[in-house]
Amino acid sequence: MTLRLLRSLSLVPASAWSLLAAVTLLLAIYLSAGSVFPWFMSWRTAATILDSAATLGLCAIGMTFVILAGGIDLSVGAVLALASLVTAIALQRWGLPAWLAIPLVCAIGATYGAAVGGLVHSARLPSFLVTLAGMFLARGVALLMTSEGRISMNRVPVHLWGSGVRVVGLTLPALVFLATLGMGALVLRWTVFGRGVRAIGGGEHAARLLGIRVARTRVGAFAVCGLCAALAGVVHSVGVGAGDAKAGELMELDAIAGVVIGGTPLSGGVGSIVGTGVGVSILKVIELVIVSDGSLSAQWAKIVGGGLLLLFVLLQRSVGRITKVWAGGRTDLDPHRREAQPVSRAS
Amino acid sequence: MSRPGRTAPRVWWPLIALAALTGFNLLWTDGFARLGLDDGVLRGPVVDVVRNAAPLVIIAVGMALVIATAGVDLSVGSTLAMAGAVVAVLLTGPRWGPVPAIAAGLGAGLGIGLVAGVLVSGIGLQPIVATLVLLACVRGGAQLLTDGRTVSFQDSMVLALASGHIGAIPVPVVVAGAWLVGLVALVRTTALGLFLEAIGDNPVAARLAGVPVARVMMFAYVVAGVGAALAGIIVAADIRAADPTTAGKAIELDAILAVVLGGTALAGGRFSLCGAAVGAVLIKLLDTTVVARGVPAQATLVVKAGVVLVVCVLLSDRFRAALLGGLGRR
Amino acid sequence: MTQAPTLRASGIVKVYPGVKALDEADLVLHGGEVHALMGENGAGKSTLVGIIAGAQRPDAGEIHLDGLPVSPSSPGHARGLGIRAVHQELTLLPHLSVAENLAIGGYPSRAGVIGWRAVRRRAREALAELGLSIDPRRPVGELPIAIRQLVAIAREMQGEARVLILDEPTSSLDRTETERLFEVVRAARDRGVAIVFITHFLDQVYEIADRVTVLRGGRVVGAGRTADLPRLRLISLMLGRDVAERESRLAGRNGESEPAEEASAPVVCARGLRRGRALRGASLEVRRGEVVGLAGLLGSGRTELARAMFGADRPDAGQLAVDGRRRRLTPRRSSRLGIGLCPEDRKSQGLCLGLSVAEGLTLAMRAKRGWWRPLRRGERQEIVGRLTRDLAIRAVDSRAAVGTLSGGNQQKVLLGAWIATNPRVLLLDEPTRGVDIGAKDEILRRVRSMCDHGLGVVFISAELEEIVRACDRVVVMRDRETVGELRSGEIDEHRIMRMIGAERRA
Repeated sequence: MTLRLLRSLSLVPASAWSLLAAVTLLLAIYLSAGSVFPWFMSWRTAATILDSAATLGLCAIGMTFVILAGGIDLSVGAVLALASLVTAIALQRWGLPAWLAIPLVCAIGATYGAAVGGLVHSARLPSFLVTLAGMFLARGVALLMTSEGRISMNRVPVHLWGSGVRVVGLTLPALVFLATLGMGALVLRWTVFGRGVRAIGGGEHAARLLGIRVARTRVGAFAVCGLCAALAGVVHSVGVGAGDAKAGELMELDAIAGVVIGGTPLSGGVGSIVGTGVGVSILKVIELVIVSDGSLSAQWAKIVGGGLLLLFVLLQRSVGRITKVWAGGRTDLDPHRREAQPVSRAS
Repeated sequence: MSRPGRTAPRVWWPLIALAALTGFNLLWTDGFARLGLDDGVLRGPVVDVVRNAAPLVIIAVGMALVIATAGVDLSVGSTLAMAGAVVAVLLTGPRWGPVPAIAAGLGAGLGIGLVAGVLVSGIGLQPIVATLVLLACVRGGAQLLTDGRTVSFQDSMVLALASGHIGAIPVPVVVAGAWLVGLVALVRTTALGLFLEAIGDNPVAARLAGVPVARVMMFAYVVAGVGAALAGIIVAADIRAADPTTAGKAIELDAILAVVLGGTALAGGRFSLCGAAVGAVLIKLLDTTVVARGVPAQATLVVKAGVVLVVCVLLSDRFRAALLGGLGRR
Repeated sequence: MTQAPTLRASGIVKVYPGVKALDEADLVLHGGEVHALMGENGAGKSTLVGIIAGAQRPDAGEIHLDGLPVSPSSPGHARGLGIRAVHQELTLLPHLSVAENLAIGGYPSRAGVIGWRAVRRRAREALAELGLSIDPRRPVGELPIAIRQLVAIAREMQGEARVLILDEPTSSLDRTETERLFEVVRAARDRGVAIVFITHFLDQVYEIADRVTVLRGGRVVGAGRTADLPRLRLISLMLGRDVAERESRLAGRNGESEPAEEASAPVVCARGLRRGRALRGASLEVRRGEVVGLAGLLGSGRTELARAMFGADRPDAGQLAVDGRRRRLTPRRSSRLGIGLCPEDRKSQGLCLGLSVAEGLTLAMRAKRGWWRPLRRGERQEIVGRLTRDLAIRAVDSRAAVGTLSGGNQQKVLLGAWIATNPRVLLLDEPTRGVDIGAKDEILRRVRSMCDHGLGVVFISAELEEIVRACDRVVVMRDRETVGELRSGEIDEHRIMRMIGAERRA
């Protein structure tokens, strides 16, 4: 078992090292938190962290697909808010049953994502720009749907939904999060679509040679991201019992941070969904530490998250450089070709 | 495509759009044409539009420089909030005078710009990532500074930055005008403008020609940071308070839109500061028009997001190629 | 013996705006043979293989595969026909495993779920065919470049491969790596595939190729069995001019008295520069008023030496001195010290194509002066006017974008930009490539006249004739090191070729 694990680690060292770093960081933070607050060292706390990580985690899973495919999605937070409102409207105002409302919301999210992906692919626009506009579009539509910015679901006892469900101490949001995590990992590993997502992030031209349908795959990656963000919106609205047009502000940054800390560099092509789970957990543990400390303001969580993102981006750059030199001798054999590419185009 | 030899960006399009939208308002919006001297001060809806546009003009001009280098600065909104917070806190807490407080606010913008510049040009991070991190950290920092509260202040000199007049013209308009003219003069008389365009066009060739690429990029991000801070002080003075949570939200989109409307391509290279300024005024006029039509204010977000997408698609090479190809086939 | 050729391309013509890239080129490939395609930059090699591999469409000419006419319309179509290409920029996905990279054209899958077993089995089979032992599960990005190359070849050899095009596969390999590659190439050859091998290394041609076709200026200037083609003859075919003819004509020149060697100190002096695998010991010095030719085949390190001397790349070892003082150069410092570089690749490294001609001409000068120094309109017009006149730059007007000019005029803008800085030393890397005859002459004459006013020039050119005509001294490079020098009395094409063509030392 461990042998196989080790071998599979050695298969993808660059990303494995980042993943290892993330796991180590998670353990270190968790243990040091446990030494200050003894109650940290309980399954209950771990379950609470997973529960609180669910919405961010879902967004980050979708973000992993987009980043692997070589893009970025700045609109996940806004889509989450819009989805939470649509959920509330569907359940509260229209009185739709949950088995209809939730797939509907997810379908809307996926459609939105597909539209973004289509625009990115067909017009060759930078994905940050399209999703930045998409963010304002979704947020604006959410704000337009309700004058007070919130729709509470008092007619539907949604807050009761999860209360009865506890599998080994885990709440429903945590279970949804973990299930999606597993599904995402399986899709990336076992399906042509999943391999295609990695392939187009590694190099579009080569991906074509691999027989990947690039347009379909790129649109698919963004659609998965929209779907996950919408699912996060459902979880959020069920959790707080209301749809909230202001939910998920700046969540895109945390989601990106979770993905990057979990070992998926922004350059695309390489990384893992499991790592994203770890990355998101790190952010949530830090948040919990800051909140329970009491002397620190909640704003610190944001700053620490941003700082960690920066740290890991830098780390991955240097690790990438070292492993490249290590594997292939000098990488700058052909300085012209390397320089011929623009240094840092926005992508 | 009409004259392949011409290299200047098209400043005419935003001007025409601005004229058209103004004409629309003159015809359909009641009292839009009202313009008069009141106590020796210009007043009227048109003046208000320009006055309200001043912070965006200041930010858009800085953003144009960054975009010219093929980068982007997403942190301007947070910098705006930070500068306002710094000024407000210094005025109310340790009771600094207005001049040092404003200087400190601008200094904060300078510092943030420096950090962005180092991350992008020194370390070589993607501009989106570097400035996105700054967006979060700086906004968090501003909230820490004020404990998340809105800080009101009453300093006549700072307040004059928003509500005062020089001669008949509102101070924000004067400040924005001076910022624009000063930067245009700086960029066009020295070699900076040429360097910026060269870097955006081909950073490798620019480096081999001896252009100090890193320093010029640094300059662009610092100008964007200081501009955002200046705008932040004006915005704070306008509402007599610094609100670190909502101030400057979404202004990066407006600024990018203004720059793109002003004829500067997101891919970098040719840029037009005046175009960006015209674009900024155009956006504010659009806001005003939407509100005047009785559409809820939230809708402007949706409208602007739509405009961004449409404009970018129209300007994209792919679309042009398709259009030209289609025309060619006919 | 002479069985029917696998692929016959005849009368291929390809015209780009302003240039005839291929002019009635023929190429005949036989199964089970390695066919070397030789030629300097711009000779038309890439265009020719591009047409065969379906990346480009010819303007005229026919291609017959196994006797049947074909017209590859896309790389995918060509692949289907069995014409496979391994490009220099390997189209492999570094993050995916070897097995996945070999699963070209589609994963074995059922309902979208990949059969990993089948993927790996196929990969093992493909690797075994060529006698390779590479773990198919390893990510390609982890492998050394040499092995990646082999993976790429293994990928293209799958299925019904008839023609395999290898575009400079050895350019970044060392001796043992090249040996390994050749073993694989031979294994592929023995399976009856016709192999096109593009390289600049003469030794390798004689080591592995059965036949050679030499292109120059879009025409086939020579074709035949490698065994029948002496090394010198091959070089002279590639670089132009008949050696024998030149020799007879040069008899007079050798008797010329050697000009008094100027005792002036070198402005720039490079000693034993090394940089990774790109440079392995190169020395060169430039004095005021002389034109130093840097001769060598493509890939001999001539471009890399010029870049290192300008500070565009930092050497790992060796000394670089300007005016006798050791310096660590950067492009900016070099420009301040009066050194200029016109890079080989104008479009991606030399010019900002979106700038206007006037801006392009003044960019380097303003960078040298410092950003704060304004340039008055009158001064600018004077400079631009003078350069445009002197170099005979033909542009609609000075506000036209550099990108709209023809190749020759672009090159003149690049040269003019450095002339405007008043340099003491100019490093000109292939300043005459892709330039029409008239412009070539103007450029050469201008360079010479500036030398008479004290400018030192390093002149890199693939055309020996130009080097002989323009240079006072010639330094020859081979295999990424400088191997010799010819002084003014000794310069002739024959000697240069002999130095270029000498056998590689063991």
